[in-house]
Amino acid sequence: MTTYAKGLKGLSLATIVTITVALALVFFYAPLDADQGFIQKIFYIHVPLAIVSLCGFILGGIFGIAHLRTGDRRYDMRSYVAIHMALIFGVGGLITGSIWAKASWGHWWVWNEPTLVSFLIVLLLFATYQPLRFSIEDPERQARYASVFAIVAGAFVPLNFIAVRLAQQFVHPRVLTLTGGNLPGPMRLTFLVSLAGAALLYATLWKYEMAAKDARMQLRRLRRSLVGEDAVAPLRRSAAPS
Amino acid sequence: MSMLVAAAPALPLHTAGKYVAGAYIVFVALILIYVGIMAKRLRSTERQLAEVRHELERRDQEREVDREAERVA
Repeated sequence: MTTYAKGLKGLSLATIVTITVALALVFFYAPLDADQGFIQKIFYIHVPLAIVSLCGFILGGIFGIAHLRTGDRRYDMRSYVAIHMALIFGVGGLITGSIWAKASWGHWWVWNEPTLVSFLIVLLLFATYQPLRFSIEDPERQARYASVFAIVAGAFVPLNFIAVRLAQQFVHPRVLTLTGGNLPGPMRLTFLVSLAGAALLYATLWKYEMAAKDARMQLRRLRRSLVGEDAVAPLRRSAAPS
Repeated sequence: MSMLVAAAPALPLHTAGKYVAGAYIVFVALILIYVGIMAKRLRSTERQLAEVRHELERRDQEREVDREAERVA
Protein backbone atom coordinates (compact mmCIF):
# COMPACT_ATOMS: atom_id res chain seq x y z
CA MET A 1 0.00 0.00 0.00
CA THR A 2 1.38 3.45 -0.89
CA THR A 3 1.42 6.32 1.64
CA TYR A 4 -1.39 8.03 -0.23
CA ALA A 5 -3.65 4.95 -0.18
CA LYS A 6 -3.85 5.10 3.64
CA GLY A 7 -7.26 6.28 4.81
CA LEU A 8 -8.57 6.33 1.25
CA LYS A 9 -11.41 3.91 1.98
CA GLY A 10 -12.72 6.03 4.88
CA LEU A 11 -12.36 9.20 2.87
CA SER A 12 -14.21 7.67 -0.09
CA LEU A 13 -17.07 6.55 2.16
CA ALA A 14 -17.26 10.01 3.80
CA THR A 15 -17.39 11.57 0.32
CA ILE A 16 -20.18 9.29 -0.87
CA VAL A 17 -22.23 9.89 2.30
CA THR A 18 -21.73 13.68 2.21
CA ILE A 19 -22.62 13.96 -1.49
CA THR A 20 -25.71 11.77 -0.99
CA VAL A 21 -26.83 13.90 1.98
CA ALA A 22 -26.10 17.08 -0.02
CA LEU A 23 -28.23 15.87 -2.97
CA ALA A 24 -31.06 14.92 -0.59
CA LEU A 25 -30.90 18.38 1.02
CA VAL A 26 -30.79 20.12 -2.37
CA PHE A 27 -33.89 18.39 -3.73
CA PHE A 28 -35.91 17.61 -0.60
CA TYR A 29 -34.98 20.18 2.06
CA ALA A 30 -33.80 23.49 0.61
CA PRO A 31 -36.77 25.70 -0.26
CA LEU A 32 -37.33 26.98 -3.77
CA ASP A 33 -35.79 30.38 -4.38
CA ALA A 34 -38.45 33.10 -4.50
CA ASP A 35 -36.85 34.78 -7.52
CA GLN A 36 -35.31 31.97 -9.57
CA GLY A 37 -37.40 28.99 -8.52
CA PHE A 38 -36.13 25.51 -9.37
CA ILE A 39 -33.24 26.80 -11.52
CA GLN A 40 -31.49 28.02 -8.37
CA LYS A 41 -30.76 24.35 -7.50
CA ILE A 42 -27.78 24.65 -9.87
CA PHE A 43 -26.23 27.00 -7.28
CA TYR A 44 -25.54 24.03 -4.96
CA ILE A 45 -23.36 22.31 -7.55
CA HIS A 46 -21.92 25.27 -9.48
CA VAL A 47 -20.61 27.38 -6.57
CA PRO A 48 -18.98 24.52 -4.58
CA LEU A 49 -17.23 23.28 -7.75
CA ALA A 50 -15.92 26.78 -8.50
CA ILE A 51 -14.79 27.44 -4.89
CA VAL A 52 -13.06 24.06 -4.56
CA SER A 53 -11.42 24.60 -7.95
CA LEU A 54 -9.99 27.99 -6.90
CA CYS A 55 -8.80 26.53 -3.56
CA GLY A 56 -7.16 23.69 -5.52
CA PHE A 57 -5.19 26.20 -7.61
CA ILE A 58 -4.01 27.92 -4.41
CA LEU A 59 -3.11 24.50 -2.92
CA GLY A 60 -1.01 23.83 -6.03
CA GLY A 61 0.87 27.08 -5.34
CA ILE A 62 1.44 26.11 -1.68
CA PHE A 63 2.89 22.75 -2.76
CA GLY A 64 5.00 24.68 -5.27
CA ILE A 65 6.46 26.76 -2.42
CA ALA A 66 7.17 23.56 -0.45
CA HIS A 67 8.91 22.10 -3.50
CA LEU A 68 11.15 25.12 -4.02
CA ARG A 69 11.98 25.31 -0.31
CA THR A 70 12.80 21.63 0.17
CA GLY A 71 13.72 20.44 -3.33
CA ASP A 72 11.58 17.37 -2.61
CA ARG A 73 10.08 16.16 -5.90
CA ARG A 74 7.06 14.70 -4.10
CA TYR A 75 5.81 18.25 -3.57
CA ASP A 76 6.02 18.84 -7.30
CA MET A 77 3.86 15.77 -7.85
CA ARG A 78 1.38 17.02 -5.22
CA SER A 79 1.27 20.44 -6.84
CA TYR A 80 0.75 18.87 -10.29
CA VAL A 81 -2.13 16.68 -9.09
CA ALA A 82 -3.71 19.56 -7.10
CA ILE A 83 -3.76 21.76 -10.22
CA HIS A 84 -4.86 18.88 -12.45
CA MET A 85 -7.85 18.13 -10.19
CA ALA A 86 -8.65 21.84 -9.79
CA LEU A 87 -8.80 22.16 -13.59
CA ILE A 88 -11.33 19.32 -13.79
CA PHE A 89 -13.45 20.93 -11.06
CA GLY A 90 -13.05 24.30 -12.79
CA VAL A 91 -14.36 22.92 -16.06
CA GLY A 92 -17.31 21.47 -14.12
CA GLY A 93 -17.94 24.85 -12.49
CA LEU A 94 -17.71 26.64 -15.83
CA ILE A 95 -20.12 24.28 -17.62
CA THR A 96 -22.68 24.26 -14.79
CA GLY A 97 -22.39 28.07 -14.58
CA SER A 98 -22.96 28.35 -18.28
CA ILE A 99 -26.09 26.20 -18.02
CA TRP A 100 -27.34 28.40 -15.16
CA ALA A 101 -26.61 31.54 -17.17
CA LYS A 102 -28.63 30.19 -20.11
CA ALA A 103 -31.54 29.32 -17.82
CA SER A 104 -31.45 32.62 -15.88
CA TRP A 105 -30.23 35.21 -18.36
CA GLY A 106 -31.00 33.52 -21.67
CA HIS A 107 -27.34 33.42 -22.73
CA TRP A 108 -24.75 30.66 -22.38
CA TRP A 109 -22.06 33.25 -21.74
CA VAL A 110 -22.08 36.93 -20.74
CA TRP A 111 -18.85 38.73 -21.55
CA ASN A 112 -19.52 41.83 -19.44
CA GLU A 113 -19.99 39.83 -16.22
CA PRO A 114 -16.76 40.20 -14.16
CA THR A 115 -17.10 36.98 -12.14
CA LEU A 116 -17.58 34.77 -15.20
CA VAL A 117 -14.79 36.35 -17.22
CA SER A 118 -12.33 36.40 -14.32
CA PHE A 119 -12.98 32.72 -13.62
CA LEU A 120 -12.40 31.95 -17.30
CA ILE A 121 -9.11 33.90 -17.18
CA VAL A 122 -7.95 31.90 -14.14
CA LEU A 123 -8.94 28.65 -15.84
CA LEU A 124 -7.17 29.57 -19.09
CA LEU A 125 -4.09 30.62 -17.11
CA PHE A 126 -3.92 27.23 -15.42
CA ALA A 127 -4.70 25.49 -18.71
CA THR A 128 -1.21 26.57 -19.82
CA TYR A 129 0.37 24.71 -16.86
CA GLN A 130 0.49 21.32 -18.57
CA PRO A 131 1.79 22.62 -21.95
CA LEU A 132 4.45 24.54 -19.99
CA ARG A 133 5.57 21.35 -18.26
CA PHE A 134 5.47 19.40 -21.53
CA SER A 135 7.70 21.97 -23.24
CA ILE A 136 10.54 21.37 -20.74
CA GLU A 137 12.36 18.09 -21.24
CA ASP A 138 14.71 18.06 -18.24
CA PRO A 139 12.65 16.76 -15.26
CA GLU A 140 14.49 18.92 -12.70
CA ARG A 141 13.95 22.13 -14.64
CA GLN A 142 10.40 21.09 -15.46
CA ALA A 143 9.61 20.69 -11.76
CA ARG A 144 11.28 23.98 -10.79
CA TYR A 145 9.65 26.09 -13.52
CA ALA A 146 6.28 24.46 -12.87
CA SER A 147 6.56 25.32 -9.15
CA VAL A 148 7.34 28.96 -9.96
CA PHE A 149 4.34 29.06 -12.29
CA ALA A 150 2.09 27.40 -9.66
CA ILE A 151 3.12 29.96 -7.02
CA VAL A 152 2.66 33.04 -9.24
CA ALA A 153 -0.60 31.82 -10.76
CA GLY A 154 -1.82 30.61 -7.35
CA ALA A 155 -1.19 34.07 -5.87
CA PHE A 156 -3.17 35.54 -8.78
CA VAL A 157 -6.30 33.61 -7.74
CA PRO A 158 -7.12 35.51 -4.50
CA LEU A 159 -5.99 38.81 -6.02
CA ASN A 160 -8.31 38.26 -8.94
CA PHE A 161 -11.13 37.31 -6.57
CA ILE A 162 -10.68 40.47 -4.49
CA ALA A 163 -10.51 42.65 -7.60
CA VAL A 164 -13.78 41.25 -8.89
CA ARG A 165 -15.42 41.72 -5.47
CA LEU A 166 -14.36 45.35 -5.47
CA ALA A 167 -15.71 45.90 -8.98
CA GLN A 168 -18.83 48.02 -9.08
CA GLN A 169 -20.82 46.58 -11.95
CA PHE A 170 -22.37 43.52 -10.40
CA VAL A 171 -24.60 41.25 -12.38
CA HIS A 172 -23.67 38.09 -10.54
CA PRO A 173 -25.74 37.67 -7.35
CA ARG A 174 -23.80 38.20 -4.08
CA VAL A 175 -25.14 35.64 -1.63
CA LEU A 176 -21.93 34.79 0.23
CA THR A 177 -20.17 37.47 2.25
CA LEU A 178 -17.91 37.59 5.31
CA THR A 179 -20.79 39.02 7.34
CA GLY A 180 -23.04 36.04 6.71
CA GLY A 181 -24.53 36.63 3.28
CA ASN A 182 -28.11 36.62 2.15
CA LEU A 183 -28.80 32.89 2.27
CA PRO A 184 -31.61 31.79 4.59
CA GLY A 185 -30.85 28.98 7.09
CA PRO A 186 -31.96 25.85 5.16
CA MET A 187 -30.31 27.12 1.98
CA ARG A 188 -27.09 27.93 3.84
CA LEU A 189 -26.99 24.47 5.45
CA THR A 190 -27.58 22.83 2.06
CA PHE A 191 -24.88 24.95 0.50
CA LEU A 192 -22.35 24.17 3.27
CA VAL A 193 -23.01 20.41 3.00
CA SER A 194 -22.67 20.65 -0.81
CA LEU A 195 -19.41 22.56 -0.37
CA ALA A 196 -18.15 19.91 2.08
CA GLY A 197 -19.14 17.21 -0.45
CA ALA A 198 -17.23 18.93 -3.26
CA ALA A 199 -14.18 19.48 -1.01
CA LEU A 200 -14.22 15.83 0.10
CA LEU A 201 -14.57 14.69 -3.51
CA TYR A 202 -11.57 16.81 -4.44
CA ALA A 203 -9.52 15.38 -1.54
CA THR A 204 -10.53 11.81 -2.42
CA LEU A 205 -9.71 12.15 -6.12
CA TRP A 206 -6.43 13.89 -5.25
CA LYS A 207 -5.48 10.98 -3.00
CA TYR A 208 -6.53 8.41 -5.63
CA GLU A 209 -4.46 10.14 -8.29
CA MET A 210 -1.46 10.45 -5.96
CA ALA A 211 -1.75 6.78 -4.90
CA ALA A 212 -1.98 5.66 -8.55
CA LYS A 213 1.02 7.79 -9.61
CA ASP A 214 3.06 6.67 -6.60
CA ALA A 215 2.26 3.00 -7.30
CA ARG A 216 3.26 3.37 -10.96
CA MET A 217 6.55 5.03 -10.01
CA GLN A 218 7.34 2.33 -7.45
CA LEU A 219 6.51 -0.36 -10.00
CA ARG A 220 8.76 1.26 -12.55
CA ARG A 221 11.65 1.38 -10.06
CA LEU A 222 11.03 -2.29 -9.23
CA ARG A 223 11.10 -3.28 -12.91
CA ARG A 224 14.30 -1.32 -13.43
CA SER A 225 16.05 -3.05 -10.55
CA LEU A 226 14.68 -6.45 -11.61
CA VAL A 227 15.27 -6.53 -15.36
CA GLY A 228 17.81 -3.73 -15.71
CA GLU A 229 17.70 -0.16 -16.92
CA ASP A 230 17.94 -1.10 -20.62
CA ALA A 231 15.08 -3.61 -20.60
CA VAL A 232 12.55 -1.02 -19.41
CA ALA A 233 11.29 1.24 -22.16
CA PRO A 234 12.33 4.87 -21.52
CA LEU A 235 9.60 7.18 -20.31
CA ARG A 236 7.89 9.14 -23.03
CA ARG A 237 8.08 12.91 -22.76
CA SER A 238 5.31 13.92 -20.43
CA ALA A 239 3.83 16.87 -18.60
CA ALA A 240 3.46 14.70 -15.50
CA PRO A 241 6.34 14.54 -12.99
CA SER A 242 8.47 11.40 -13.46
CA MET B 1 -38.81 7.76 0.25
CA SER B 2 -42.46 8.53 -0.53
CA MET B 3 -42.61 10.58 2.70
CA LEU B 4 -39.57 12.53 1.61
CA VAL B 5 -41.09 13.24 -1.79
CA ALA B 6 -44.34 14.30 -0.11
CA ALA B 7 -42.48 16.67 2.21
CA ALA B 8 -40.31 18.09 -0.56
CA PRO B 9 -41.12 21.31 -2.33
CA ALA B 10 -42.87 20.87 -5.65
CA LEU B 11 -40.42 20.15 -8.44
CA PRO B 12 -41.54 22.11 -11.46
CA LEU B 13 -39.96 19.95 -14.14
CA HIS B 14 -40.95 22.07 -17.12
CA THR B 15 -38.35 24.49 -18.46
CA ALA B 16 -36.11 24.66 -15.39
CA GLY B 17 -35.96 20.90 -14.95
CA LYS B 18 -33.88 20.22 -18.04
CA TYR B 19 -31.28 22.83 -17.08
CA VAL B 20 -30.98 21.58 -13.50
CA ALA B 21 -30.78 17.98 -14.76
CA GLY B 22 -28.17 19.06 -17.32
CA ALA B 23 -25.97 20.69 -14.66
CA TYR B 24 -26.07 17.64 -12.38
CA ILE B 25 -25.53 15.27 -15.33
CA VAL B 26 -22.38 17.27 -16.24
CA PHE B 27 -21.12 16.72 -12.68
CA VAL B 28 -21.80 12.98 -12.79
CA ALA B 29 -20.36 12.68 -16.33
CA LEU B 30 -17.11 14.40 -15.27
CA ILE B 31 -16.70 11.96 -12.37
CA LEU B 32 -17.49 8.96 -14.61
CA ILE B 33 -15.01 10.08 -17.28
CA TYR B 34 -12.34 10.56 -14.62
CA VAL B 35 -13.04 7.15 -13.07
CA GLY B 36 -12.93 5.58 -16.57
CA ILE B 37 -9.50 7.10 -17.24
CA MET B 38 -8.29 5.92 -13.82
CA ALA B 39 -9.58 2.39 -14.54
CA LYS B 40 -7.67 2.34 -17.85
CA ARG B 41 -4.46 3.37 -16.08
CA LEU B 42 -5.07 0.78 -13.37
CA ARG B 43 -5.30 -1.96 -16.03
CA SER B 44 -1.93 -0.86 -17.41
CA THR B 45 -0.41 -0.92 -13.91
CA GLU B 46 -1.86 -4.40 -13.30
CA ARG B 47 -0.34 -5.62 -16.59
CA GLN B 48 3.09 -4.30 -15.59
CA LEU B 49 2.72 -5.84 -12.15
CA ALA B 50 1.94 -9.22 -13.77
CA GLU B 51 5.12 -8.90 -15.88
CA VAL B 52 7.20 -8.24 -12.76
CA ARG B 53 5.58 -11.22 -11.02
CA HIS B 54 6.34 -13.50 -14.02
CA GLU B 55 9.94 -12.30 -14.03
CA LEU B 56 10.29 -13.03 -10.31
CA GLU B 57 8.77 -16.51 -10.73
CA ARG B 58 11.10 -17.26 -13.66
CA ARG B 59 14.09 -16.26 -11.53
CA ASP B 60 12.91 -18.37 -8.63
CA GLN B 61 12.56 -21.39 -10.93
CA GLU B 62 16.05 -20.81 -12.37
CA ARG B 63 17.49 -20.56 -8.86
CA GLU B 64 15.71 -23.79 -7.92
CA VAL B 65 17.13 -25.61 -10.97
CA ASP B 66 20.64 -24.35 -10.13
CA ARG B 67 20.30 -25.50 -6.52
CA GLU B 68 19.10 -28.93 -7.72
CA ALA B 69 22.04 -29.20 -10.11
CA GLU B 70 24.49 -28.31 -7.31
CA ARG B 71 22.95 -30.98 -5.05
CA VAL B 72 23.24 -33.64 -7.80
CA ALA B 73 26.86 -32.63 -8.49
